[in-house]
Amino acid sequence: MPQPHDALFRTLADPTRRAIFEQLCREGDQTVAAITARAGISQPGVSKHLRLLKQAGLVGDRHEGRQTHYSARLDALGPLIDWTHQMASFWERRFDDLEDLLKRMDQ
Amino acid sequence: MTDTATETQSVVVEREVSFPPEKVWRALTQPHLIEEWLMKNDFQPKVGHRFALSFDWGPIDCEVLKVEPHKVLSYTWGDHELQTVVTWTPTPTRRGTHLLMEQSGFRPGQPRYFHGAKAGWPRFLEALEQVLAKTN
Repeated sequence: MPQPHDALFRTLADPTRRAIFEQLCREGDQTVAAITARAGISQPGVSKHLRLLKQAGLVGDRHEGRQTHYSARLDALGPLIDWTHQMASFWERRFDDLEDLLKRMDQ
Repeated sequence: MTDTATETQSVVVEREVSFPPEKVWRALTQPHLIEEWLMKNDFQPKVGHRFALSFDWGPIDCEVLKVEPHKVLSYTWGDHELQTVVTWTPTPTRRGTHLLMEQSGFRPGQPRYFHGAKAGWPRFLEALEQVLAKTN
Protein backbone atom coordinates (compact mmCIF):
# COMPACT_ATOMS: atom_id res chain seq x y z
CA MET A 1 0.00 0.00 0.00
CA PRO A 2 1.01 3.65 -0.07
CA GLN A 3 4.41 4.53 1.32
CA PRO A 4 4.91 1.13 2.93
CA HIS A 5 8.42 0.56 4.00
CA ASP A 6 10.05 2.13 1.01
CA ALA A 7 13.54 1.06 2.07
CA LEU A 8 12.44 -2.56 2.17
CA PHE A 9 11.02 -2.41 -1.33
CA ARG A 10 13.91 -0.43 -2.75
CA THR A 11 16.38 -2.86 -1.28
CA LEU A 12 14.65 -5.93 -2.63
CA ALA A 13 13.95 -4.38 -6.02
CA ASP A 14 17.50 -5.17 -7.09
CA PRO A 15 17.78 -8.70 -8.52
CA THR A 16 21.34 -9.26 -7.24
CA ARG A 17 20.38 -8.29 -3.70
CA ARG A 18 17.27 -10.42 -3.95
CA ALA A 19 19.40 -13.39 -5.02
CA ILE A 20 21.78 -12.86 -2.11
CA PHE A 21 18.87 -12.60 0.30
CA GLU A 22 17.23 -15.73 -1.12
CA GLN A 23 20.50 -17.60 -0.81
CA LEU A 24 20.75 -16.64 2.86
CA CYS A 25 17.12 -17.70 3.39
CA ARG A 26 17.74 -21.07 1.78
CA GLU A 27 21.13 -21.92 3.16
CA GLY A 28 21.41 -20.16 6.49
CA ASP A 29 24.48 -18.27 7.67
CA GLN A 30 27.13 -17.54 5.06
CA THR A 31 30.43 -15.71 4.91
CA VAL A 32 31.08 -13.03 2.28
CA ALA A 33 33.40 -15.47 0.50
CA ALA A 34 30.67 -18.13 0.29
CA ILE A 35 28.12 -15.62 -0.97
CA THR A 36 30.57 -14.23 -3.51
CA ALA A 37 31.24 -17.71 -4.87
CA ARG A 38 27.57 -17.90 -5.92
CA ALA A 39 26.75 -14.29 -6.68
CA GLY A 40 28.71 -13.88 -9.88
CA ILE A 41 30.00 -10.46 -8.87
CA SER A 42 33.10 -9.21 -7.04
CA GLN A 43 33.50 -9.43 -3.28
CA PRO A 44 33.39 -5.61 -2.85
CA GLY A 45 30.14 -5.68 -4.85
CA VAL A 46 28.70 -8.34 -2.56
CA SER A 47 29.82 -6.37 0.49
CA LYS A 48 28.03 -3.28 -0.80
CA HIS A 49 24.80 -5.22 -1.32
CA LEU A 50 25.12 -6.81 2.12
CA ARG A 51 25.51 -3.37 3.66
CA LEU A 52 22.28 -2.20 2.02
CA LEU A 53 20.45 -5.38 3.03
CA LYS A 54 21.67 -4.83 6.56
CA GLN A 55 20.47 -1.20 6.53
CA ALA A 56 17.00 -2.39 5.52
CA GLY A 57 17.03 -4.84 8.44
CA LEU A 58 16.93 -7.82 6.08
CA VAL A 59 20.31 -9.20 7.01
CA GLY A 60 22.15 -9.51 10.29
CA ASP A 61 25.83 -10.20 10.87
CA ARG A 62 27.78 -12.10 13.47
CA HIS A 63 31.53 -11.90 13.94
CA GLU A 64 33.39 -15.12 14.59
CA GLY A 65 37.14 -14.72 14.79
CA ARG A 66 38.19 -12.99 11.61
CA GLN A 67 35.10 -14.09 9.75
CA THR A 68 31.76 -12.37 9.52
CA HIS A 69 28.71 -14.56 9.04
CA TYR A 70 25.64 -13.08 7.45
CA SER A 71 22.09 -14.34 7.96
CA ALA A 72 18.61 -13.47 6.70
CA ARG A 73 16.28 -11.69 9.10
CA LEU A 74 12.92 -13.03 8.08
CA ASP A 75 10.96 -10.91 10.52
CA ALA A 76 11.90 -7.83 8.50
CA LEU A 77 9.62 -9.16 5.78
CA GLY A 78 6.58 -9.14 8.02
CA PRO A 79 5.19 -5.85 6.74
CA LEU A 80 5.51 -7.01 3.18
CA ILE A 81 3.80 -10.32 3.67
CA ASP A 82 1.06 -9.20 5.98
CA TRP A 83 -1.04 -7.39 3.40
CA THR A 84 -4.21 -7.49 5.45
CA HIS A 85 -2.43 -5.45 8.07
CA GLN A 86 -1.30 -3.01 5.40
CA MET A 87 -4.78 -2.68 3.92
CA ALA A 88 -6.29 -2.17 7.33
CA SER A 89 -3.83 0.59 8.17
CA PHE A 90 -4.50 2.25 4.81
CA TRP A 91 -8.21 2.37 5.63
CA GLU A 92 -7.56 3.43 9.23
CA ARG A 93 -5.74 6.48 7.88
CA ARG A 94 -8.61 7.18 5.47
CA PHE A 95 -11.02 6.95 8.41
CA ASP A 96 -8.88 9.49 10.29
CA ASP A 97 -9.08 11.88 7.34
CA LEU A 98 -12.80 11.24 6.95
CA GLU A 99 -13.41 12.03 10.61
CA ASP A 100 -11.36 15.23 10.31
CA LEU A 101 -13.45 16.22 7.32
CA LEU A 102 -16.71 15.55 9.18
CA LYS A 103 -15.54 17.88 11.94
CA ARG A 104 -14.85 20.62 9.39
CA MET A 105 -18.04 20.18 7.36
CA ASP A 106 -20.99 22.50 7.85
CA GLN A 107 -23.91 20.91 9.66
CA MET B 1 -11.31 -12.70 7.79
CA THR B 2 -11.75 -15.69 5.53
CA ASP B 3 -14.82 -16.61 3.60
CA THR B 4 -14.44 -20.34 3.13
CA ALA B 5 -17.22 -20.58 0.56
CA THR B 6 -15.42 -18.43 -1.98
CA GLU B 7 -11.92 -18.62 -0.54
CA THR B 8 -11.44 -14.89 -0.56
CA GLN B 9 -10.41 -12.63 2.26
CA SER B 10 -11.70 -9.32 3.54
CA VAL B 11 -10.38 -6.35 5.40
CA VAL B 12 -12.83 -4.76 7.81
CA VAL B 13 -12.35 -1.37 9.44
CA GLU B 14 -15.06 0.17 11.59
CA ARG B 15 -15.43 3.23 13.73
CA GLU B 16 -18.10 5.18 15.57
CA VAL B 17 -18.18 8.88 14.71
CA SER B 18 -20.22 11.56 16.43
CA PHE B 19 -22.06 12.71 13.33
CA PRO B 20 -25.39 11.58 11.88
CA PRO B 21 -25.49 9.08 8.97
CA GLU B 22 -26.81 11.78 6.60
CA LYS B 23 -23.65 13.79 7.08
CA VAL B 24 -21.40 10.75 6.80
CA TRP B 25 -23.25 9.84 3.61
CA ARG B 26 -22.42 13.22 2.08
CA ALA B 27 -18.74 12.70 2.87
CA LEU B 28 -18.90 9.29 1.22
CA THR B 29 -20.70 10.37 -1.94
CA GLN B 30 -19.88 13.98 -2.87
CA PRO B 31 -16.78 14.18 -5.10
CA HIS B 32 -15.32 17.33 -3.54
CA LEU B 33 -15.72 15.77 -0.10
CA ILE B 34 -14.40 12.35 -1.14
CA GLU B 35 -11.32 14.16 -2.42
CA GLU B 36 -10.64 15.44 1.10
CA TRP B 37 -10.23 12.02 2.69
CA LEU B 38 -9.57 9.61 -0.16
CA MET B 39 -8.52 10.90 -3.57
CA LYS B 40 -9.49 13.21 -6.41
CA ASN B 41 -12.36 11.51 -8.25
CA ASP B 42 -15.35 11.76 -10.56
CA PHE B 43 -17.68 9.74 -8.38
CA GLN B 44 -21.44 9.76 -8.93
CA PRO B 45 -23.86 7.90 -6.66
CA LYS B 46 -25.38 5.96 -9.56
CA VAL B 47 -25.24 2.20 -9.98
CA GLY B 48 -23.06 1.36 -12.96
CA HIS B 49 -21.11 4.63 -12.87
CA ARG B 50 -17.39 4.11 -13.43
CA PHE B 51 -14.75 6.28 -11.84
CA ALA B 52 -11.02 6.22 -11.23
CA LEU B 53 -8.83 7.06 -8.24
CA SER B 54 -5.24 7.99 -9.06
CA PHE B 55 -3.07 6.96 -6.14
CA ASP B 56 0.64 7.50 -6.27
CA TRP B 57 1.19 3.75 -6.44
CA GLY B 58 -1.14 3.46 -9.47
CA PRO B 59 -4.70 4.00 -10.61
CA ILE B 60 -7.64 2.20 -9.04
CA ASP B 61 -10.68 1.57 -11.22
CA CYS B 62 -14.09 1.59 -9.62
CA GLU B 63 -17.68 0.92 -10.60
CA VAL B 64 -20.63 1.72 -8.38
CA LEU B 65 -22.52 -1.44 -7.43
CA LYS B 66 -25.02 -0.39 -4.81
CA VAL B 67 -26.46 2.89 -3.56
CA GLU B 68 -28.99 2.90 -0.73
CA PRO B 69 -28.88 6.47 0.58
CA HIS B 70 -27.62 6.72 4.17
CA LYS B 71 -27.46 2.90 4.43
CA VAL B 72 -25.17 1.14 1.94
CA LEU B 73 -22.65 2.24 -0.65
CA SER B 74 -20.65 -0.30 -2.56
CA TYR B 75 -18.18 -0.08 -5.44
CA THR B 76 -15.57 -2.24 -7.08
CA TRP B 77 -11.94 -1.42 -6.33
CA GLY B 78 -9.47 -2.92 -8.70
CA ASP B 79 -6.54 -2.72 -11.01
CA HIS B 80 -5.13 -5.12 -13.58
CA GLU B 81 -4.57 -7.80 -10.97
CA LEU B 82 -6.77 -6.91 -8.03
CA GLN B 83 -10.53 -7.26 -8.01
CA THR B 84 -12.11 -6.30 -4.75
CA VAL B 85 -15.32 -4.65 -3.59
CA VAL B 86 -15.46 -1.84 -1.05
CA THR B 87 -18.72 -1.59 0.90
CA TRP B 88 -19.60 1.23 3.30
CA THR B 89 -22.35 0.61 5.83
CA PRO B 90 -23.27 3.52 8.09
CA THR B 91 -25.65 2.66 10.94
CA PRO B 92 -27.23 5.26 13.23
CA THR B 93 -26.25 5.05 16.90
CA ARG B 94 -27.14 7.17 19.93
CA ARG B 95 -23.87 9.04 19.57
CA GLY B 96 -23.90 9.42 15.82
CA THR B 97 -22.93 6.78 13.29
CA HIS B 98 -21.22 3.43 13.36
CA LEU B 99 -19.34 3.30 10.07
CA LEU B 100 -18.20 -0.04 8.75
CA MET B 101 -15.98 -0.51 5.71
CA GLU B 102 -15.38 -3.92 4.25
CA GLN B 103 -13.02 -4.54 1.37
CA SER B 104 -13.71 -8.05 0.16
CA GLY B 105 -12.52 -10.32 -2.60
CA PHE B 106 -8.81 -10.66 -1.92
CA ARG B 107 -7.67 -14.00 -3.19
CA PRO B 108 -5.42 -16.00 -0.90
CA GLY B 109 -1.72 -15.57 -1.43
CA GLN B 110 -2.09 -12.09 -2.81
CA PRO B 111 0.45 -10.17 -0.78
CA ARG B 112 1.75 -8.87 -4.06
CA TYR B 113 -1.07 -6.43 -4.00
CA PHE B 114 1.17 -3.70 -2.60
CA HIS B 115 3.62 -3.12 -5.36
CA GLY B 116 2.82 -6.27 -7.21
CA ALA B 117 2.53 -4.40 -10.44
CA LYS B 118 6.28 -4.19 -10.51
CA ALA B 119 7.83 -7.00 -12.47
CA GLY B 120 9.60 -9.66 -10.51
CA TRP B 121 7.64 -9.24 -7.35
CA PRO B 122 5.03 -11.95 -7.74
CA ARG B 123 7.61 -14.60 -8.47
CA PHE B 124 9.87 -13.42 -5.71
CA LEU B 125 7.09 -13.41 -3.15
CA GLU B 126 5.97 -16.88 -4.14
CA ALA B 127 9.52 -18.14 -3.76
CA LEU B 128 9.73 -16.37 -0.46
CA GLU B 129 6.51 -17.88 0.82
CA GLN B 130 7.87 -21.32 0.04
CA VAL B 131 11.06 -20.53 1.92
CA LEU B 132 9.07 -19.26 4.89
CA ALA B 133 6.78 -22.29 4.86
CA LYS B 134 9.83 -24.53 5.10
CA THR B 135 11.38 -22.47 7.87
CA ASN B 136 8.44 -22.85 10.24
